[in-house]
Amino acid sequence: MNAIEIEQVVKTFGAVRALDGFDLTVGTGEVHGFLGPNGSGKSTTMRVLLGLLRIDSGRVRMLGGDPWSQAAELHRRLAYVPGDVTLWPSLTGGEVIDLLSRMRGGLDERRRAELLERFELDPTKKARAYSKGNRQKVALVAALASRVELYLFDEPTSGLDPLMEAEFQRAVGDLRADGATVLLSSHILAEVEALCDRVSIIRAGVNALSGTLADLRHLTRTTVLAETARPADGLTGVHGVHHLQQHDGRVTFEVDSDRIGDAVAHLAGLGLTSLQAHPPTLEELFLQQYGERLEP
Amino acid sequence: MNALTGTGHLVRLVLRRDRVRLPLWVGGLTGLTVVSAAAVQDLYSTPVEIAAYRATVQDSASGRLLNGVPYAVDTVAGITAYEVTSIAGLVVALMVTFTVVRHTRGEEETGTAELLRSTVTGRHAGTAAALLVAIGAAFLAGALDAAVLWAIGLPGAGSLLHGAALAGVGLVFTASAAAAAQLTSSARGALGVAGAVLALLFVVRGVGAVRDDWLVWLSPFGWQDATRPYGDRLWWPLLLVVALTAVVAGGAAWLTAHRDFGSGLVPPRAGRARATAALGTPVGLAWRVQRGLFLGWAVGLTLFAALFGSLGREVVTLIESNPEMADVMGLSLDDVVRSYFAYVIPFLGVLASAYAVASALRLRSEELGGRAEAVLATGTSRLAWALGGVAVTVLGTLAMVVLMGVALSTSHLLLSGEDALFGRLVGATVQQAAPVLLVASTAFLAHGWFPHRALLAWAVFAFALLEAYLGELLSMPAWLADLSPFRHPAGVPVEPFTPWPLLVIGALAAAAVAVGLAGLRRRDLSSA
Ligand SMILES: Nc1ncnc2c1ncn2[C@@H]1O[C@H](COP(=O)(O)OP(=O)(O)OP(=O)(O)O)[C@@H](O)[C@H]1O
Ligand SMILES: [Mg+2]
Repeated sequence: MNAIEIEQVVKTFGAVRALDGFDLTVGTGEVHGFLGPNGSGKSTTMRVLLGLLRIDSGRVRMLGGDPWSQAAELHRRLAYVPGDVTLWPSLTGGEVIDLLSRMRGGLDERRRAELLERFELDPTKKARAYSKGNRQKVALVAALASRVELYLFDEPTSGLDPLMEAEFQRAVGDLRADGATVLLSSHILAEVEALCDRVSIIRAGVNALSGTLADLRHLTRTTVLAETARPADGLTGVHGVHHLQQHDGRVTFEVDSDRIGDAVAHLAGLGLTSLQAHPPTLEELFLQQYGERLEP
Repeated sequence: MNALTGTGHLVRLVLRRDRVRLPLWVGGLTGLTVVSAAAVQDLYSTPVEIAAYRATVQDSASGRLLNGVPYAVDTVAGITAYEVTSIAGLVVALMVTFTVVRHTRGEEETGTAELLRSTVTGRHAGTAAALLVAIGAAFLAGALDAAVLWAIGLPGAGSLLHGAALAGVGLVFTASAAAAAQLTSSARGALGVAGAVLALLFVVRGVGAVRDDWLVWLSPFGWQDATRPYGDRLWWPLLLVVALTAVVAGGAAWLTAHRDFGSGLVPPRAGRARATAALGTPVGLAWRVQRGLFLGWAVGLTLFAALFGSLGREVVTLIESNPEMADVMGLSLDDVVRSYFAYVIPFLGVLASAYAVASALRLRSEELGGRAEAVLATGTSRLAWALGGVAVTVLGTLAMVVLMGVALSTSHLLLSGEDALFGRLVGATVQQAAPVLLVASTAFLAHGWFPHRALLAWAVFAFALLEAYLGELLSMPAWLADLSPFRHPAGVPVEPFTPWPLLVIGALAAAAVAVGLAGLRRRDLSSA
């Protein structure tokens, strides 16, 4: 059974269609990256999953239940960290952690102590006195201290320093080892690359793409630099070649990753003297996906 | 760049943000003055009516408590001033307090001021802009007040002085709010401090007026009365206004310059590392969030009730000093004391409903502040979360009326040595819980369906206050006045107690809460 199934969900705010026929499937035990440009609908999806927003149409199942009508029961089995944590200014971090864990249905004392240590968090400070990153850590500890099946993270590491970011990645690794499911929305591509089994990219409320990172790489283009004895004019005719540029016998172009064989064969026929090819970096991959559409 | 650079831009920003609020305050106040002043001209047009009015107010303790010392009430102009001055002063004081705190400490707390401070703005520009706007609004209110009183046919010079004295009250409380905003690190705390100062000064003036002594000179509301606009026309009390404003505003500026941005006077302290056992349920959380609100109001309202109770004795003194008056009216002393209490107890109820509305609206601020989201992402259902808030409002209200009832009865007992009324005064106060909760239930109702509009519940409170304060003067039609729930519980100790009105009012309140909860379960959760 899948932990999350979202089918053709539409959610509008007045004239804005925040989710516009959105689909997403997250398998149980999977760490799933959730990417997309600002305002594309990631937080809206999270809030639909939490039963805070009511969808206009479509179907949502989470942990086998309906997030809207069974919100409280399902929430005992999940934990959530928002990207912009607001806390009760007069409560201390320790009190907030206890409060939220108790309301979720209990916390693991040993894990609470260990997480406080790992995240170097002082639980006696009042929330209004915490720095942004430390407020974020309060929410993280409150979520991670409960042992649940599903973790919903909406940009959970915004404001964390690199050491704490590494701690977060370790903690997610532990969750994965325990068999928990994680939906991680993030703009930090290295984090996604390090943690996620599969990713989905949302654009303007529509699922633009889902798959493993290897699948995604395959869907995109490789950059090739070559030197040939004879001019490489004929390359324009090869299927899947884009952005061809030539000067003094040097040629650079991009080629769809599944067409690279044809292109190299063609180059070989022209007297290939040197060849470099590099797969798309993650940044290139996302820039292509985030853009309105792939260029021809 | 100096400390005031950028004030002009900030003034425009404040005006832009308050383009609805300020006109509502000033327009509402002016409208109220017009209506009450016109009513006075109607009611007191003959010498006989004027003489009767004079005879009543001279010796009315509740009148003096709320409206101060009556001056020149042998003219229709003096009567008009006596009826409109006090409430206008209160409204202006509240207007400037809310405006100043919202644009100083409020901005600092939410962080928007930080963005502004990073631009080319001086250290004092933010405070200065808020003060300028508040003072401008107070002067506008004063000018309109003078204009409408004059237009209604009151003497011009007196009307001008009346308007100036009104603006003067605004001036003093603008400075006091600015100082309060420096003391605490939260806008709520600042409002609490400024509100407590305001209430205290109002009460000091009232007590001074009842006892007819120097206490009135300790309060800006007393100075406002002391100008006697339609009697001796004294301008010099306004010098006191200017002097006090300058001192307090100077103090506020000094505090601003000597504290860190975002902090108050009290340095933050470490708290508990673990939550107590009580913090872990919706009720526990709601209580924790509202503890300060409850305690602040409990202290204030208990003092108010004790004060109202203690004046039962002054009522007797006033009557004894003028025995023929009581004879004329055919009343025994006992009757006068009883009707005094029957009048002031519902008034205390109206004041308590301000607490209850503030408490009920905490659900809204938890939601819009994004904190409800954290709770609702746990195993707590919306219904449980909201019921936690409802429970705290209901229990808080009950505790509040019991405290007030005991304080009122005890102080009456101690000062008059009269124990016959004790139980009935406690009961009369406690039964106000029903109408108080009905007012609060409108906040739950509105929040359930339209969280962004839930502040409208304050309008319900404002109506009840207006009805209690001015209902008779305005000769509100009965159907309109009867919309105030405070008119329906039995008028103990004058009338015998009957439970029916309380049951009906309680049922209405429960129904309103239920409808609100139904709405809450249907809609999207809002943020900011
Ligand atoms: N309560 C709301 N009222 C109106 N519009 C909203 C509301 N919440 C979200 N939207 C709109 O829905 C769209 C999706 O917003 P959402 O917050 O889901 O984006 P996001 O993908 O989380 O963006 P970011 O990366 O910036 O966090 C945006 O156009 C946003 O303006
Ligand atoms: Mg978001």
